[in-house]
Amino acid sequence: MKTLVHVIAELAGQMKRDVRFMEVCGTHTMVAFRTGLVQLLPPNVKLISGPGCPVCVTDTNYIDAAIDLCRRPGVVVATFGDLLRVPGSESSLERERAAGAQVRIVYSPMDAVLLAQQSPGRHVVFLGVGFETTAPTVAWSIQAAHRDGLNNFSVLCAHKTMPGAMEALLKDHAVRIDGFLCPGHVSVITGAAMYRFICDRYRIPCVVTGFEAWDILKGIALLLRQRLDCRAEVEVEYSRSVTEQGNTAAQRLLHEVFEPCDASWRGLGTIPQSGLAIRPKYAHFDTARTFGIQFNQADVAPGCLCGDVLRGVLTPPECRLFGRACSPAHPVGPCMVSSEGACAAWYKYEKRAAA
Amino acid sequence: MNRDRILLAHGGGGSLTRELITRMFLPRFENPVLQPLDDSAVLVMDGTGYAFTTDSYVVKPCFFPGGDIGKLAVCGTINDLAMQGAQPLWLSLGFILEEGLLLADLQKIVQSIGETARATGTEIVTGDTKVVERGKCEGLYINTAGIGKVVAPNRWGAASVRPGDVVLLNGTLGDHGIAVLSQREGIGFSTSVVSDCAPLWPLVKTIVETGAEIHAMRDLTRGGLAAAACDIAEAAGAGISLEEAALPVGREVRGACDLLGLDPLTIANEGKCLVFCPEEHAARVLAAMKTHPLGKEARLIGRVQPGPKGLALLRTTIGGERILDMPTGEELPRIC
Repeated sequence: MKTLVHVIAELAGQMKRDVRFMEVCGTHTMVAFRTGLVQLLPPNVKLISGPGCPVCVTDTNYIDAAIDLCRRPGVVVATFGDLLRVPGSESSLERERAAGAQVRIVYSPMDAVLLAQQSPGRHVVFLGVGFETTAPTVAWSIQAAHRDGLNNFSVLCAHKTMPGAMEALLKDHAVRIDGFLCPGHVSVITGAAMYRFICDRYRIPCVVTGFEAWDILKGIALLLRQRLDCRAEVEVEYSRSVTEQGNTAAQRLLHEVFEPCDASWRGLGTIPQSGLAIRPKYAHFDTARTFGIQFNQADVAPGCLCGDVLRGVLTPPECRLFGRACSPAHPVGPCMVSSEGACAAWYKYEKRAAA
Repeated sequence: MNRDRILLAHGGGGSLTRELITRMFLPRFENPVLQPLDDSAVLVMDGTGYAFTTDSYVVKPCFFPGGDIGKLAVCGTINDLAMQGAQPLWLSLGFILEEGLLLADLQKIVQSIGETARATGTEIVTGDTKVVERGKCEGLYINTAGIGKVVAPNRWGAASVRPGDVVLLNGTLGDHGIAVLSQREGIGFSTSVVSDCAPLWPLVKTIVETGAEIHAMRDLTRGGLAAAACDIAEAAGAGISLEEAALPVGREVRGACDLLGLDPLTIANEGKCLVFCPEEHAARVLAAMKTHPLGKEARLIGRVQPGPKGLALLRTTIGGERILDMPTGEELPRIC
């Protein structure tokens, strides 16, 4: 570990300018702060957090739609835990649960299918949020429900795919990115080849990185090396899990159940072909269709700068709400809620820096 | 956004619990005995100090690897007394039973209450029973109160902790929380993790008998090590610096936490405590702790320093430093 820090310092010394590497995965953000590795980096190497936290990039209007659903009689909303506390325009699922709504935390989408099987008189809506990592398990649950002929299960689908968001950030030019630490878990499914267009089209180095502190340090060293050599390639630091082509069985499953669609990202706006929609064959498991859900335009909470944080334009303490009106106990924006959100990581581990 | 209702997170032992206590309860009951918010109140009568505490147990499920709600209730109450340097003497038990609860289950629970109390020399001296309609509680809830006699020569408490103290811990972190979590419906994984649920008084007695100077003890319950360290740092107006490398976390607990996106330092324990004592007494206290089965893995995990005031810090294994923050409330497994 010491050697890696040393190597980074030496490479950074040769750089003779500031470099900004974006980690596009919430778990990377969390590990970087939890292990304190950000403090071991030379002053001219900056890690910036990207739109890698699935909860954080989910638009407010999706939360509002979920809240609307859980208020309907006979509907049970099943969700992963970290969506529970995310504020919508005027409430959160946590508050709705306290007020009597049926909101259940599940650990896997299959638990939601099971819940539907056990609750014939009620309709179970699973909140399908997350990247390529989570989406295959949701596809699997939809197929299982299809096989069982379940008619009281559906998915409110807002799955997203990573490459489009990375490209949008590069086109945006609001923030200079010198390299991407690409998400290890996502890449296990998609394969590392997915990022090649970023290198080819934008000349930005990409390193697929694992989740230990030394993985991230090694990823940073590889990015620096590429920069110094004027290379832009996809390298795989996380080679113990990631292959070039990824998990083809999971990819087939995704393709069978979902089709690409335009998706609305908090902070980034609508990005073409960056989301997953449920294919017509499985339309009766699509909550938005069966319940006629309209995703209304939702206002961002006044002063909340989560959008800029997600694009890497601002660091969390640069938001005026940070640590004052917005804290993990009383979050205003989603980046403060999710355990992988940049604001939560910053608040939890670095709030001194902000004080 | 409305803040007009109690959320589950208010019961998590983190910052929302604290907010509820300091904003709702403290201002209305204000008195010097309650004020320190230690594990139990210390009342002085005829020159003798008595520790007095109350607690409620709503654990789900009622039976878990390493214990049940009955054993937990006795241990938890005894531990709150022991943390003030008090020998636990008398307990009360209030049962809230759900209509339909199996008598055989109740018998098992009552049996384990009796065994745990006897093993620690405490007596159940009064009690109460209520039955509520089916669906109004999950099997049964238990409320307890406990009285103990303070045998420590000086007053223990968070406010007595000062810079120069060291922080000792008696064993691995997170076992109880993960053992209980693994039994919840829908969690879908099995572990061999067993709750550390145990009465700490025998260990505390061993420590008192060394004659070493102790400033405070704190058992690590809801909110885990993080909540306890934050609480003490704040009450002492000092900084607490802990060494991540010194913190013992079992392999399975670490694995389960990684899987669920939880932090072992915020997971509940029921048989673990921190000891704060001056550095020159640490060796003696540690040696004594190690002679007891509950302290076999006792170790020094950190130090109290003048600042930053009110903050707990963690020196990470790779040489960084970060805040050890008060958990917010309910532990929520994450998406990926």
